[in-house]
Amino acid sequence: MNTLIKLIKRYQGGSILLLTVLLALVLPLALDIFRLNLVGKYLSYGFVAIGLVMLWGYGGILSLGQGVFFGLGGYAMAMFMKLEASDPITTKIQSTPGIPDFMDWNQITELPAFWLPFKSLPLTIIAIIAVPVALAWLLSFSMFKRRVGGVYFAVITQAVALILTVAIIGQQGFTGGVNGMTDLKTIWGWDTRDDSAKYILYYLCVALLIFSIVICRWIQKGKVGTLLLAMRDKEDRVRFSGYDVADFRIFVFCLAAAMSGVGGAMFTLQVGFMSPSFVGIVPSIEMVIYAAVGGRMSLVGAVYGTLLINAGKTFFSESFPDMWLFFMAAVFILVTMVFPMGLAGLWESHVVPAWKRLFSPSLDKKTDLNSVSGMPTKLGTGVSHESI
Amino acid sequence: MKHHNDTSSISLETPDESRRRILLAFGAISMAAIPGIGSAKSLPGVNTTGMAITDTEVTVGQLHSATGTMAISETGSIQAEQLAIDQINAMGGILGRKIKVIKEDGASDWPTFAEKSKKLLISDKCAAVFGCWTSASRKAVLPVFERENGLLYYPTFYEGLEQSKNVIYTGQEATQQILFSLDWAKTEKKAKSFFLIGSDYIWPRTSMKIARKHIEDFQKGKVVGEEYYPLGSTNFGSLMNKIKLQKPDCILAAVVGGSNVAFYKALKAAGIVGSKQLLVTLSVTEDEMTGVGGANFEGFYSSMKYFQSLENDNNKKFVAAFKEKYGPNSVIGDVTQAAYLGPWLWKAAVERAQSFDVDKVVAASPGIELTTAPEGYVKVHKNHHLWSKSRIAIGMPDATFKVVAESPELIEPNPFPKGYQ
Amino acid sequence: MSFDDLLNIVIMQGFAGLSLFAVLLLMGLGLAIIFGQMGVINLAHGEFMTIGAYTVYLGSTLAEFISPNWVNTYFPFAIVAAFLIAFFAGWLVEWGLIRHLYQRPLDTLLATWGLSLGLQQAFRTFIGPKEVSPTLPDWIMGSWAPSEGLDIPINGMFVLALTLFVTGAVLLALHRSRWGLRVRSTVSNRAMANAVGINTQRTDRLTFSIGCGIAGVAGAAFTTIGSTGPTSGSLYIVDAFLVVTFGGAASLLGTVVSAFGIAQTQSITEFFLSGSMAKMITLSVVVLVLMLRPQGLFASKIRR
Repeated sequence: MNTLIKLIKRYQGGSILLLTVLLALVLPLALDIFRLNLVGKYLSYGFVAIGLVMLWGYGGILSLGQGVFFGLGGYAMAMFMKLEASDPITTKIQSTPGIPDFMDWNQITELPAFWLPFKSLPLTIIAIIAVPVALAWLLSFSMFKRRVGGVYFAVITQAVALILTVAIIGQQGFTGGVNGMTDLKTIWGWDTRDDSAKYILYYLCVALLIFSIVICRWIQKGKVGTLLLAMRDKEDRVRFSGYDVADFRIFVFCLAAAMSGVGGAMFTLQVGFMSPSFVGIVPSIEMVIYAAVGGRMSLVGAVYGTLLINAGKTFFSESFPDMWLFFMAAVFILVTMVFPMGLAGLWESHVVPAWKRLFSPSLDKKTDLNSVSGMPTKLGTGVSHESI
Repeated sequence: MKHHNDTSSISLETPDESRRRILLAFGAISMAAIPGIGSAKSLPGVNTTGMAITDTEVTVGQLHSATGTMAISETGSIQAEQLAIDQINAMGGILGRKIKVIKEDGASDWPTFAEKSKKLLISDKCAAVFGCWTSASRKAVLPVFERENGLLYYPTFYEGLEQSKNVIYTGQEATQQILFSLDWAKTEKKAKSFFLIGSDYIWPRTSMKIARKHIEDFQKGKVVGEEYYPLGSTNFGSLMNKIKLQKPDCILAAVVGGSNVAFYKALKAAGIVGSKQLLVTLSVTEDEMTGVGGANFEGFYSSMKYFQSLENDNNKKFVAAFKEKYGPNSVIGDVTQAAYLGPWLWKAAVERAQSFDVDKVVAASPGIELTTAPEGYVKVHKNHHLWSKSRIAIGMPDATFKVVAESPELIEPNPFPKGYQ
Repeated sequence: MSFDDLLNIVIMQGFAGLSLFAVLLLMGLGLAIIFGQMGVINLAHGEFMTIGAYTVYLGSTLAEFISPNWVNTYFPFAIVAAFLIAFFAGWLVEWGLIRHLYQRPLDTLLATWGLSLGLQQAFRTFIGPKEVSPTLPDWIMGSWAPSEGLDIPINGMFVLALTLFVTGAVLLALHRSRWGLRVRSTVSNRAMANAVGINTQRTDRLTFSIGCGIAGVAGAAFTTIGSTGPTSGSLYIVDAFLVVTFGGAASLLGTVVSAFGIAQTQSITEFFLSGSMAKMITLSVVVLVLMLRPQGLFASKIRR
């Protein structure tokens, strides 16, 4: 027990535990299954957000194309489910039974080769992680080895997001085009639309999310985490110390891609369709804002940020559709100008000291650098780390 | 109204909405408990599936894009449906109940359409929904309507290949719109070679598939080019040169939304004008004309079942009522008129079934005729599409259309045409 | 197909490529100045273009309201107005938002994205969600046919001429005017420029505003090609950024060359393949080249 407590203290696991309790106990009890399913959808975006915390907060690399990896994972799962829903009996009304409906509308008469691996669930699960990571590796290898970073990299990730969107929409025979893949029902015979299925998928999502957070926290607290921070702030000094900066950046980029892929798959499972509108530039930038609002240095904060913004979107866009976008714009601007550390930063700089003053007035008033939520309170050493 | 295969309603009820829902239910119960009040309206079987219907009110949903790139096209549908509902309410409503509309914005984003449709059916328990415009939005909401057993009235001319128990299609399907226009081009304009152009998504692609089959197999003509451009694209320079290279007898165009403006401006700039080149479009109505401009479309032809300039009494009354409500500068396109038909067809079916239950309304729909339709006359087919005439009109410099051809008979809808698949 | 016809097609296709080049260059020029010279990423650049386009639309509505005669003459004034209004808007934005974020380019990116969302919504709320088109004067519509079968679009020529004029003016200003001198010295060594008495803040604000003004002119020019709606800006923004990044952000010449290259690639592939494929291929080529040479075609030789 003692070692467990020590472990938790060392990794600042208190906040993770709190999040777990909230997601696994409080929300399922407080919300009905429809709203819980909605929260599950938000949590699938959360995977991308925590990836961005590692990539952007710790690594200093801004990627405006995380939607690409989210989409690749999501489409992999969608392809599997679509094939399962397109067995010859259900599709006998088509010109060519046994293939997905959108292929039939596009005069395709047999399943393209790249679809065949998705008939098997194990291969699909591998693809959900492997395909995003492969693309991430390809991109990051060519960029980081040449020391491209900062703004250039961000613009290139945008371009990649655009390419993928155009490719998916343009090849609608193979991908369902702008409609996406709809009508996804079962996975290995298990109906994902039942209430009980939704509960199970929700808990699966929560479990995977918490697991990812734990892994990332472990990385953060280890040598790699410290190196990432150092590279973000003073890249050249780390290089002079003998480390290959590119390798670490490639690693964290692939890590973020893998988590985004998993998020995409969980999204497809819980929502029941996938479309290119989650792949492009706009959703990718939105996912960055989830991390920014929650606190780009805080894993747990990123999840709260995702939940908050998405819940706000659903509430407000129904009641005040006009005001909502103004509000979003204000959030973007305020978060970058006034609260660069997001909600977690506000928590650290205002709530925690007040808490401490309230309950332990005798203790030293100096705020602990390694504070409760496990995130460093400083954004960086200042000017130079973000220059091109 | 939960089907046992019920899936999520992706909507968070605000406190206002849940309060409203509870009050509505309370109101319904207390009304039922008071004998004598509204007994003539509380016929058995009016609402056996728990929809949001009281003795004085029935709730319907409206799901269109009020924002985004499709707003230019869908605003007309929103207005027309509202006009029809207002007129029906002025006449006393349906089965003694006034219609209450819950409006949702799909924001030109298909996943949002799916989400809002779940809200309208599961949360708001609408008796019917009037909505969608693009095939993508319809395909996104279709699984929801089929799972929740809802009823959708869909107003746009589309590619066919669909027939759902839960949808009534008030617009033309591809064979009604395309085959008539191709035959007209061949017989009236002696067109033998065609250049097919469309935006890149399901409707133009499927439509051109049908067009190509008809041209090559039935008309024994030739397709000299087939090109698709991404939605929203504005760069048609190379396409103009390709057209000039191929010199088709007729261009068949299915360019959609904002791209229309760039497309027709580019045609004009390249010297391809109505007096020199025959062009028939499947996707320009009066709504698009406001953006494209009469000068850029002059002399080209459009194939629809309704034009604002139709000369019949129903249409004159309709146009007058529309302009009175929405301003003298408002225009009415084919989809707007088809949307207008939706609430009237629903009213007729409900009155025939004496119930709002979706199953009963759907069973009562085939055979319903509307002699007051602005397009003249329509009848519901048992495949849930409409018998209607098709027309060809030429674009005038003042951005109106003049009808030059009309199908002699009503065309039977055939969403699964044999020989075209 | 006679030789004359074929020649005509080649000329017209070449012109289509030039037309696209002009469009891309006009879009990228404003961005190149802001991004290249100041290191600021303005994701709201597309919205400044839309501001220019809406200015022309409002000008056209005003002209029609005053008298039908004005329709043929308002256009040049509208373009100047577009420049000025976008300039002024840029001035405000720089003062209110950008100058706080100079040291943090990635944050500028996010903040300007938020600005673009806000501007789009503002267009939607105050002007309307539908797409609009100004009534263009007659002399801009249609085509010029120097010989039978050869039709050169007039609006294409107009945009080309406008682009050349603006590019020329900018290059001239950068290398011959006092402002240009100040900009170049601030870019080379900000601290030193401050030390010798140059008001770098003023210079930055002026540069940003000029960049936005050029975006406004671009938007005005595009009203001859397509329609304008609240989200029109987002159609152009990624292309504009690619043009600038591909050319090498610090170099205006790079922007010109990259715009030309991208335009011709897209135009030619479009002629032989379909529109979607052409876009994908062009983008992939750009990304591939950037992967091999990330600093762009004409990279700055100065180490920062």
